[in-house]
Amino acid sequence: MSRPGDLQQHVLAVLVENKAGVLARVADLFARRSYNIVSLNVAPTDNEKISRITIVVDVEKAPLDQIVKQLFKLVNVVEIREMIPESSLVREMVVLNVKIDEGQKPDLLAAVEKRHGRILHDADGHVMVSLAGEPHEIDAIEHELVAFDIVDIQRTGKVALRIVGRETPLTRA
Amino acid sequence: MSTPERTTPEPQSSRQQGPEQLNGGEALIRSLELEGVEVIFGYPGGAILPVYDPIIGSPLRHVLVRHEQGAGHMAEGYAHATGKPGVCMVTSGPAATNVVTPLADAMLDSVPMVCITGQVALAAIGTDAFQECDTTGITRSITKHNFLVTRAEDIPQAIREAFHIATTGRPGPVLVDIPKNIVDANNPDAYFDWEWPTEFDLPGYKPNTEPDPESITAAVELIAAAERPVLYVGGGVLKARGAQILLELAEMTGIPVVTTLMARGAFPDSHELCLGMPGMHGNYTAITAIQQADLLIAMGSRFDDRVTGKVGAFAPDAKIIHVDIDPAEHGKVRMPDVPVQGDSRIAMELMVEELKAGGLDGQPDITPWRQQVSGWQEKYPLTYQPSEPGELIKPQYAIERLRDLSPDDTIVCSGVGQHQMWASQYWKFDYPYTWINSGGLGTMGFSIPAAIGAKAGMPDRTVWAIDGDGNFQMTAQELVTASVEKIPIKVALMNNAYLGMVRQWQSLFYEERLSEVYLSHDMPDYVKWAEAMGCVAFRVEDPDEVDEVIAKANAINDRPVVVEFRCHSAENVYPMVPAGGSNDEVIVDPSQQPSLDAERAAVGGK
Repeated sequence: MSRPGDLQQHVLAVLVENKAGVLARVADLFARRSYNIVSLNVAPTDNEKISRITIVVDVEKAPLDQIVKQLFKLVNVVEIREMIPESSLVREMVVLNVKIDEGQKPDLLAAVEKRHGRILHDADGHVMVSLAGEPHEIDAIEHELVAFDIVDIQRTGKVALRIVGRETPLTRA
Repeated sequence: MSTPERTTPEPQSSRQQGPEQLNGGEALIRSLELEGVEVIFGYPGGAILPVYDPIIGSPLRHVLVRHEQGAGHMAEGYAHATGKPGVCMVTSGPAATNVVTPLADAMLDSVPMVCITGQVALAAIGTDAFQECDTTGITRSITKHNFLVTRAEDIPQAIREAFHIATTGRPGPVLVDIPKNIVDANNPDAYFDWEWPTEFDLPGYKPNTEPDPESITAAVELIAAAERPVLYVGGGVLKARGAQILLELAEMTGIPVVTTLMARGAFPDSHELCLGMPGMHGNYTAITAIQQADLLIAMGSRFDDRVTGKVGAFAPDAKIIHVDIDPAEHGKVRMPDVPVQGDSRIAMELMVEELKAGGLDGQPDITPWRQQVSGWQEKYPLTYQPSEPGELIKPQYAIERLRDLSPDDTIVCSGVGQHQMWASQYWKFDYPYTWINSGGLGTMGFSIPAAIGAKAGMPDRTVWAIDGDGNFQMTAQELVTASVEKIPIKVALMNNAYLGMVRQWQSLFYEERLSEVYLSHDMPDYVKWAEAMGCVAFRVEDPDEVDEVIAKANAINDRPVVVEFRCHSAENVYPMVPAGGSNDEVIVDPSQQPSLDAERAAVGGK
């Protein structure tokens, strides 16, 4: 299930030096040049000097090639790969608090089980659910759970990795 | 970019046994010396105080400015004139914010510059301490890179990397922010075993200067096939020290050359292939040659809006070869047919090599194109109406006389506005690195400090700052610096009593409703002001006296000179492409416009 605008979204895997202010540099660049960020994930890698950013960009305002080239001008950016379906896998996670009546519980549990989700907490008429999968699966569970009362929702945004050995386009390193 | 060789002296071996202990402040000054820095433009203050102590006794020359903005523009002027990185050093907070304008200026014009700012002590960062500001945050988007150094022992590495980043690839400003505690001689933690680093730790910084050979071949093929080619030369050619090979490329192919505002002097104006400046106030021939070209060879130029006018209507029939060291410039504004990524000097050398080896075989005869271009030059040269008897001086006239009465290799700096355009149009730039101005940012007040920086770097050259009255009032205080530091620049103040360029736009596009543009000819009294700052000052109102005053000014070499030319107020800069308009709609001098209108009507009527 794709959402409107998906076609102009691209996923970039960006390796950056793990230094103070690097995230601000990336965010500043996007703001300064009016590029749209759809989602962004940052975390250290096994190499303490390097962090990995997965950034989903919207290319409505500027072509992907231009965004990648501007990004690569940042001195702390070490490598950029585009994550395309042919050579990479994308995952996302969501956690939700859902308010339920006792009678709704079986339906909720069934929906969560069907999507291989987990119940993290269950008390006082509220159930906390987590679910990881492909972004379209996350969209689907979010859609299904609208039938219940979603109190809070946090999606992580996409994270992605290349499939080792396959070509990833627009690689800059 | 290739910069002239800088001699990097070896660190002096310590007389003491064992490693030499330095504190951060001493290490900073030592590092600057080892980078080959000769001059620092700066202003001391609280957070940077510890660094100013070891300046005493250092061979570095420190020029004490009167405002930190001046320090930044001086560093830029020095870099433009010498090709070496300019260095400025100021304290934290308001001093750092005062160098924001020069940093942005250097960023847009790709000027190699290293700016050192003091910062409050590490423990005070984030507490809204006295004279604290988020300097690296504020300057992030207007520097090529910046550093906040947190340990004294990291200072030499940061300085080395700052100079490396500032001077390689596409040059630009780099800021190094240094907290007070790590340079403080009274802080035991600010001492470390001195070591001059031998390697950079910049895994993400790999500027490529060598073009892909296939792109050169593709470019040469387009060049050899073009019937109406134009070399569209930008400031990148000067940064790459590419003027000599450009001359060779142009002469061997016979391709006419336009030089943008940032590239004036990269190709000699007196050369028969030179068409001068294109763009909003470019000349008719340069603009029209681009518009009618079938091939544009963009060499270190970036399709700036002041050159292209309406992008969709810019050079509509031209294929584009775009040589740029910054790959992000390819396709940013106009998609090139052949992008060439690399140093423009190297790219031109490779092109010339390939053209010599038979790459030019089969080149169509471009004589008809050259003749067409010459025809435009004859029909629509730059022109203005001389002063009527009793009228004040025409600024174009003053600039022409300055040009003819000053040495050929005079360095000309300008501010921003009408006088800048006239200086660019009417000066004859026959040597590279003789024209210094604020092209990208358009910083009023640039000329006086930039001229001081240029003269500090090139003390044997005549340096004229051609300035406007609005500009002069923004940075004139640096003439005190020039006097005290014995940097004898010359200022040609084109006093037309108005913010002339704004007045021109209000005249043309706001039905002559002049709003807040009047400055007056005699308030302030520029001669008294200049004299108060230690300059020799002249005022000239009569066009017949212009030559005599310029000769007097050129004869003074022991102190700064200010010549106030009382100029006609109503003069407009022509040609002009209205903002956002197509270059095909260029307006020429009123004396030529009827002929151009008739020509356009004839073409339109066909």
